[in-house]
Amino acid sequence: MCTHVTETLPVQGSAKGATGWIRVTDATVYFDHPTHALADHTLNIDLRRPVDGPAARLGIELTAASARSLAESILSVLDAVPAELVEG
Amino acid sequence: MYDAILAESVQFAGANGDLLEGYSARPLDATARGGVVVIHHLPGYDRETKEFVRRFAVMGYNAVCPNLYTRLAPGASHDDAAAEARAQGGVPDEQVVGDVAGAAAYLRALSNSNGKIGVIGHCSGGRHTFLISTELPIDAGVVCYGGLIVGEPVPQMKSMVPLVDRATKVQSPLLGLFGNDDKFPTPEQVDVLEKALTEAGKEHEFHRYDGAGHAFFSPDRPSYRVEAAVDGWQRIDGFFAKHLAR
Repeated sequence: MCTHVTETLPVQGSAKGATGWIRVTDATVYFDHPTHALADHTLNIDLRRPVDGPAARLGIELTAASARSLAESILSVLDAVPAELVEG
Repeated sequence: MYDAILAESVQFAGANGDLLEGYSARPLDATARGGVVVIHHLPGYDRETKEFVRRFAVMGYNAVCPNLYTRLAPGASHDDAAAEARAQGGVPDEQVVGDVAGAAAYLRALSNSNGKIGVIGHCSGGRHTFLISTELPIDAGVVCYGGLIVGEPVPQMKSMVPLVDRATKVQSPLLGLFGNDDKFPTPEQVDVLEKALTEAGKEHEFHRYDGAGHAFFSPDRPSYRVEAAVDGWQRIDGFFAKHLAR
């Protein structure tokens, strides 16, 4: 299934991609065919810095179950640290 | 039998006269033959799509795949280019039409062209093939599990609008190859497309495969289904042989 379902959002932080560390500014999240993962469809995340071109990107392809587990872990960790550390 | 082929990256003018990258494979035999434009899928101008291009040359056709992401990401790897296209909401339909017209002109200008053109695409390329059949004077179109020809538009992909209401404008015979386990398009959506073509009096031939879903032609993906793919290739061979007159 080629869903085309895609969300884009601004982000702040860094990611390490093929060109080294990238100060990322944008993220794309979609559920569709992977490039490399051995699954028909995956939850895909591109962390990007478009101003530096298409190669300034960290790509992630996870099965749906893995993506849910990761999302839950991210929220769990954020909830577990003192609120003042994660504000702003 | 002389069976040498040449496969290489080429350039030609696409929509708005923009210079496009393409991947071409063609027999070196001087006998006149038809041409095939291969439209790559949303994941891009990748190794497997280029293998399709070479296969058509081995089958006896001049073939070329235009890189629809040339403008968005010149020189980038195919996966980075596809990510860029995804982030920008895809490529506009009118641009794809111009780019495929450029690819067809490239093929027709070859010294061993007989002037006939077939178009084939998988997934989003299947949708694009249907679009091309409504816009350009081609001789044959092969739609492999093209999604969003029928159905609701996806808000995030502004370039992807349903096309079934343009069935009356189809200008070429169409071969459609679909998996019955596919969700995009569903068998019901394939029914709608087939009905629209029948009602419009358009020549078409659909084949649907049990036990196959989306992307059953992709040998590098778990979705590959050998029975469907082998039969599908035979259908493609027969369809192009009939309409492109090798």
